[in-house]
Amino acid sequence: MGLLNTLRVAFFGVILTSIIGVFVGIARLSNNWLVTKLAGVYIEIFRNTPLLVQIFIWFFAVFLPMPRIQEALQIGPVYFSNRGTAIPWYETHSNTLLWVTLVIIGVISSIITFKILIKKEVETGVKKQPTLVAISIFIITCIVGFMITKTGPVAISTPSVEGRGFVGGYTLTPEFSAILIGLVIYTSTFIAEIVRAGIMGVPKGQVEASKALGFKNSTSLRLIIFPQAIRIIIPPLTSQYLNLIKNSSLAVAVGYQDIVSIGGTVMNQTGRMVEGIAIMIAVYLIFSLVTSLFMNFFNKKYQLVER
Amino acid sequence: MDTIETVKNKQSVTMKPPATSQGKLGWIKENLFSRWYHAFLTIAAAIVGGYVIVQTFQFIIAADWSVISANFRLLMVGQFPIEEIWRVWASFCLVSILLGFSWGIWKGSIGHVAMTIGAIYVVMACMPFVGMNTRVLVLSNLALLGVTYIVGAKVPRVKIPVLLLWVLLIPLCILLFNGFGILKPVGTSFWGGFLLTILLASVSIICSFPIGVLLALGRRSKLPVIKWFCIIYIEFIRGIPLITVLFVGQLMLPLFLGDGVQLDNVLRAMVGFTAFSAAYLAENVRGGLQSLPRGQFEAAQALGFNSTLMMVFIILPQALRAVIPAMVGQFISIFKDTSLVAIVGLTDLLGMGKKLVANPDFLGKQMEVFIFIAFVYFIFCYLMSHVSRRLEVSLGVGKR
Repeated sequence: MGLLNTLRVAFFGVILTSIIGVFVGIARLSNNWLVTKLAGVYIEIFRNTPLLVQIFIWFFAVFLPMPRIQEALQIGPVYFSNRGTAIPWYETHSNTLLWVTLVIIGVISSIITFKILIKKEVETGVKKQPTLVAISIFIITCIVGFMITKTGPVAISTPSVEGRGFVGGYTLTPEFSAILIGLVIYTSTFIAEIVRAGIMGVPKGQVEASKALGFKNSTSLRLIIFPQAIRIIIPPLTSQYLNLIKNSSLAVAVGYQDIVSIGGTVMNQTGRMVEGIAIMIAVYLIFSLVTSLFMNFFNKKYQLVER
Repeated sequence: MDTIETVKNKQSVTMKPPATSQGKLGWIKENLFSRWYHAFLTIAAAIVGGYVIVQTFQFIIAADWSVISANFRLLMVGQFPIEEIWRVWASFCLVSILLGFSWGIWKGSIGHVAMTIGAIYVVMACMPFVGMNTRVLVLSNLALLGVTYIVGAKVPRVKIPVLLLWVLLIPLCILLFNGFGILKPVGTSFWGGFLLTILLASVSIICSFPIGVLLALGRRSKLPVIKWFCIIYIEFIRGIPLITVLFVGQLMLPLFLGDGVQLDNVLRAMVGFTAFSAAYLAENVRGGLQSLPRGQFEAAQALGFNSTLMMVFIILPQALRAVIPAMVGQFISIFKDTSLVAIVGLTDLLGMGKKLVANPDFLGKQMEVFIFIAFVYFIFCYLMSHVSRRLEVSLGVGKR
């Protein structure tokens, strides 16, 4: 249970923080003065305040003082209350499995066509529109799926308040929301700086050369800058992911039932301190090892192949 | 004659570039509206930024800051006995003096720090809730800062004593709190608030630095026992979260030490922080050691240095200099991480804030309290990172 909760925070945290971090990092390098400055202010503010203070602000000052569940604040389909935040969530039904299979088939076939067409384009020099064809293949599979099943892939269940609880949707507890938002925002500032350093670390000559060869901006970003930047980015990114996982232990401060919190309860009730702490340490060591193994594998894949 | 000259003048008038590529307008066009999507981005960013700024100001004006003013002393020094508070002020004066001297001697980024601290003094003196005594003391600190700046700029010979005092500052302050063995000591259980935060951070920084250097050297040692001990220690500590280290410090350290040694909470937390940050510092120092070319080692050996002398006089000065920015980054994160002691029940700045929020007199004032705390941390972390960036530039790290 505790392990699962820790994993849940770590998993969603890593995904969300990567998205926001990359986004802010690119915004920091934008030609647009205002966007650059805004991203800079965001980074400075959230990087220079302790994570625990941020989590406390989110938990004690934002999520707990929310209105009671009967008077829950509603913004679109999302409800905010002091018992949690209810968001729309999907529900599987009988046709979901069919949909999943179809989507997987669609994705695989479109990737294969894309690769083949790109290869042909490179070989013959004739434009084949690989992106367009690939996307249309995917859309066609989706349409076929819709024609077969006559329903969407999943049913969307929107939450509603009934009595003293939410019905439908998915309810995020205040503890989970606070710890997730705090972790994501705090770590994203570090990732933003890493992304910025990575892109700036690509020699200017590379960009100029790609321009001289007539690459479009987007193409040069995809084929020239990004593959080189990712080599610089991955090692520090790994340590940030590890930091996020380790920092998720701060969940104990707001009473989120993660491994440290449950370990603390166990220690209180049984009085076996050494065993309790040893379990905590072992869990985090395993997490760290698995993450760094995974990222090392990733790193190897992108590493410069030297002759 | 006359007409010819005017013609000449007219010819020599150079045409100005179009107004849209120069001056303010040109800057705006270049940086905000160069493409249609940039224009769109600018407008979106302006709306978001403006909204956030307006909301922030509305909050600052509407918020009830009385919770801060009523508990300002608690937040700053915690339960420090009021009749002994002069010891804190004495340490403060020492810091002001040292800062003023350093500003005068070195100028540069120290000046930014000194000016910020001076600005904080001014703001503190202007606060309506601050007592007259405090105001006088704060202003005299400001005066000390200014006077020592002038003296420091005139007399650069005080460099060595100032450096020495900086190193001894924290031990001196702690000795002062302990009363030098003459006065009544103020126990660590009375330390609290921001004072405790600063003491925790500085003690762990000072203690972890030599341990970190030793660990880094040990990791490169040729003796397998030392090498493997250092590797296991560093990797082990780096693999577990700080909070578990603190738990170990709080709960298991008394078990390890047995009944003979009594350590109080604050000391145990300090031990935990030191053990934790030493491992990270060791990795930073190792980076510096690895960045040195082999020639440095070989040259030192060729000159007949033994390995201790070589490390102390040739290798470490260069290696440490190369990693100063990284180490300052580590110090910043230690400073931020001291807030974790709030979880193990100490009343540092954040712990005091948590206690205040729990007080029914200040119900519903969570936002004010925590925003204030975040702001205090922000000022100091931002200052440190600013200094580290300046150092990076002036040391030329990363340029070579």
